[in-house]
Amino acid sequence: MPEKIIATSDDIRRALVRVAHEIVERNRGAEKLILVGMHTRGVPLAKRLAEIIQSFENVSVPVGELDIGLYRDDLSTLPLKPVIHRTKIPIDVTDRRIILVDDVLYTGRSMRAAMDAVFDLGRPEKIQLAVLVDRGHRELPIRADYVGKNVPTSRLEEIRVYMKELDGRDEVSLIGVSSPGDVSLKGV
Amino acid sequence: MKAEPLLIRGGRTIDPSSKLDDIGDILLQGGKVVGVGSGITAPEYSTVIEAAGLVICPGFIDLHCHLREPGYEHKETVASGTRAAAKGGFTTVCCMPNTNPPLDSAATIEYVLAKSRAEGLVRVLPVGCITKGRQGKELAEMAEMARAGAVAFSDDGEPVLDSRIMRHALEYSLSFGLPLVDHCEDKALSAGGVMNEGWVSNRLGLGGIPAAAEENMVARDISLAQQTGARIHIAHVSTAGSVELIRRAKEKGVRITAEVTPHHLTLAEDRVMGREFVAAGYSCGARGLPSDSYDTDAKVNPPLRTAADIEALVEAVGDGTIDAIATDHAPHAWEDKVCEFGLAAVGISGLETALGALMGLVSRGDLELNTLVSKLTAGPSGLLGSRAKGLGSLVEGFAADIVIFDPEAEWVVQEQDIVSKGKNTPFKGATLRGKVMATIFEGGLVYRADGLKVRGAK
Amino acid sequence: MAQRKGNATESQTIEQMDTPAWQHRHVLDVDCLSRDDIRLVFQTTDAMMEVLSREVRRVPTLRGKTIVTLFYEPSTRTRASFEMAAKNLSADVVSFAASGSSVEKGESFIDTLRTLQALGADAIIIRHKQSGAPYVAARHVSASILNAGDGWHAHPSQSLLDMYTLRRHFPDLQGLRIVMLGDVLHSRVARSNIWGMTTMGAQVVLCCPPTLLPDVFSRSDHGPVTSGYLPEVTIETDVEKALDGADVVMPLRLQTERQEAGLLPSVREYVERYQLTVARLRLLRKHSVVMHPGPMNEGVEISPEVAYGMQSVIEEQVSVGVGIRMALLYLVIGGGR
Repeated sequence: MPEKIIATSDDIRRALVRVAHEIVERNRGAEKLILVGMHTRGVPLAKRLAEIIQSFENVSVPVGELDIGLYRDDLSTLPLKPVIHRTKIPIDVTDRRIILVDDVLYTGRSMRAAMDAVFDLGRPEKIQLAVLVDRGHRELPIRADYVGKNVPTSRLEEIRVYMKELDGRDEVSLIGVSSPGDVSLKGV
Repeated sequence: MKAEPLLIRGGRTIDPSSKLDDIGDILLQGGKVVGVGSGITAPEYSTVIEAAGLVICPGFIDLHCHLREPGYEHKETVASGTRAAAKGGFTTVCCMPNTNPPLDSAATIEYVLAKSRAEGLVRVLPVGCITKGRQGKELAEMAEMARAGAVAFSDDGEPVLDSRIMRHALEYSLSFGLPLVDHCEDKALSAGGVMNEGWVSNRLGLGGIPAAAEENMVARDISLAQQTGARIHIAHVSTAGSVELIRRAKEKGVRITAEVTPHHLTLAEDRVMGREFVAAGYSCGARGLPSDSYDTDAKVNPPLRTAADIEALVEAVGDGTIDAIATDHAPHAWEDKVCEFGLAAVGISGLETALGALMGLVSRGDLELNTLVSKLTAGPSGLLGSRAKGLGSLVEGFAADIVIFDPEAEWVVQEQDIVSKGKNTPFKGATLRGKVMATIFEGGLVYRADGLKVRGAK
Repeated sequence: MAQRKGNATESQTIEQMDTPAWQHRHVLDVDCLSRDDIRLVFQTTDAMMEVLSREVRRVPTLRGKTIVTLFYEPSTRTRASFEMAAKNLSADVVSFAASGSSVEKGESFIDTLRTLQALGADAIIIRHKQSGAPYVAARHVSASILNAGDGWHAHPSQSLLDMYTLRRHFPDLQGLRIVMLGDVLHSRVARSNIWGMTTMGAQVVLCCPPTLLPDVFSRSDHGPVTSGYLPEVTIETDVEKALDGADVVMPLRLQTERQEAGLLPSVREYVERYQLTVARLRLLRKHSVVMHPGPMNEGVEISPEVAYGMQSVIEEQVSVGVGIRMALLYLVIGGGR
């Protein structure tokens, strides 16, 4: 199946810089924020956003890691059992503004699980969502507050995000279906 | 007499009692052997069995089986047990007295004999208790039981623990000349044990029964037999050490005989970890114990021992240290075996698999076919005294008890094919080589396998 | 759905598998677990320990699942630990206490299991006096079976929590010298730990009087030992030699029945020869730790000073137990097929 690059390393950098600025702007500063990366690729994204914010705002935003495996609603239907990672959030979430960070927003079910997970840790003032790619096809009333790139897709297509920290390079690609007919069948 | 003339033609006729091993025919009439030789012509209206490629020999005699009646009819009955015997090629079975009530009086012996006359498919010779109620405390009325038809005495299932009682039992037996059969087990050493003590019991965390538990009591019985001059028969010998003790006692002229079971000759302790696992050389495609480990079908007393023990036992059959092969057929109900290993009943349902299991030893070259037949016919017959006169031989004028088997036929032991009520066999699923094709008891066909070539009347 | 390939997907489906998948439907012993399996248990336990550190220690992972504890032997600790683990994962927990007498009344193990199965049990946690009982259970029901201790045979969750505890004190189990001191013959904890610890590369030393030492571990002439079917262990009946240079020592519970059974002349003599004392502890390496599977017989196999001393991690073992059992329950019935 053809794999098409839809965002280069530079595109990703620019998108993250913009998102970082939007986060600080919307929250009128960065004091109450915690950036919480969702396993696996949300974690390096959250760290990068924290670095960018540090560079222009001179504030060190705490970064956490969240694994939603224990909160998934589809555990019994998965072909493989997800590996559960340790959730690490350095400070109490109560009364803080949590920015959930993930690579791709799709059906919204992961975000639902992530919000449940955050609430089990305490009562945040706000939860916001930042994603690198929004590919549509929501199944729940959930939207991202900050989007690096909107990519209209078919359900048959697949988005792959590569992160330098894990994969050796920064890139977003779209793995498409071979014939355009398949796309129209699904009606994007 | 129930049977019309029957001619068995062209088989390999083996009768160790008359040193016969030749291709030939046998004619049976009126329940007796009337002709052995070649070119025998059948009278008109005879049934003819074509036995080319098959072995014809005297019906097998099992010195040791459990028919469970009276008292445990859910495990086996005289009817079902003798049906299993016929399917296994046995025409005479000696049933052990650990019933409920135990066979410790003339009345109970007569009950079993009456039951077998009414419902038995083959001959049943009861073994009476050595002590009242198998309690090991007071001698049972052995002479009266002998008169009623008991052929030997045993508290089987339990040893006669008290050496003084055993000594007196042996002395007393001199007055009626029948052998005492001892289940040799030092209960202090075997306490808590459910399988052989060794690496497998340790691996599985199961209590072990050391070889010494058996050998201790074999040694005691030998010295008591020597002291009293009476006959002792050691049931189900399972260890190399016991074999050695018996061999030396025989050399010294002690009146001792011994039997071994097909399972002790063919299976080792590791069978408890599962059949396929052992067959595959301890590999089940994954780490850890196979899913069929703790197999209660392999739980038996004495327990399955080691490869070295098997080697010694097979050798002892060959050199005559062991006189007979007996099944120790011990059928159990489903619920007695489908449970935790430690709580499961001991015993193997063995009548139907005996020949197939033992023929494996022959086809591997570990045992001569003639020796095997002898240990199932003339061997046990010789131990049973006058009531067994003529049994286990193909001599003209004696009872027409015959088994015809195919030494090469392979078959798979399947639970649904087992006619005994006890389906508890560790050979389940195994492919055995050597199959009983027909069993003839007093001239009548009591079992015939599919594929047997029969023509003529009926 | 198309098969997962490559290393990245959107998080709505499955994270890429950086560890081999869990293949076991039951947890019957540690002997069937590979090094990777054990590592996956540890990794999952890390996540569970984080849940346990929260104010509200409950996650919805096993909502709607029914877990039964079926104990044929009294045990307060293991049972409580498993039930807490199940509740922390939001499973419904049913306790089924089968006393010895109900078995004698004719209520068979298989009957009981089938009843539990019919009631909809997803997992059955079994403690049984009879070695191998969980294996029999696994053959007769489709529910997952977790062995919570069977006879003298195995106690996998205890072994895993012992190893997890060690992992918090040592960078790696590889090369550690671990001494199991005492009644190895009757110890299911020792048997499971021998498997687990040797799988992880530790050197296991068994030390006890010969009457309490399984024959198999004291002889090397068993074929399967060399073929790797049995684990490699070192036997040492001299306690000073065994402890010399050890990293970990685990005294095993000595039951006083052993004296009555003629395995020991007296508890007094056992204490003198084999008790883990402060003096004997000095033979171990620096930074060594003392473990005990519990319940302890203080003053018998272990002196109270050692049990509550600086090197003791015995309380830590208990606290880790819930996390290990949460991890096992998740791995066995937490989805995936």
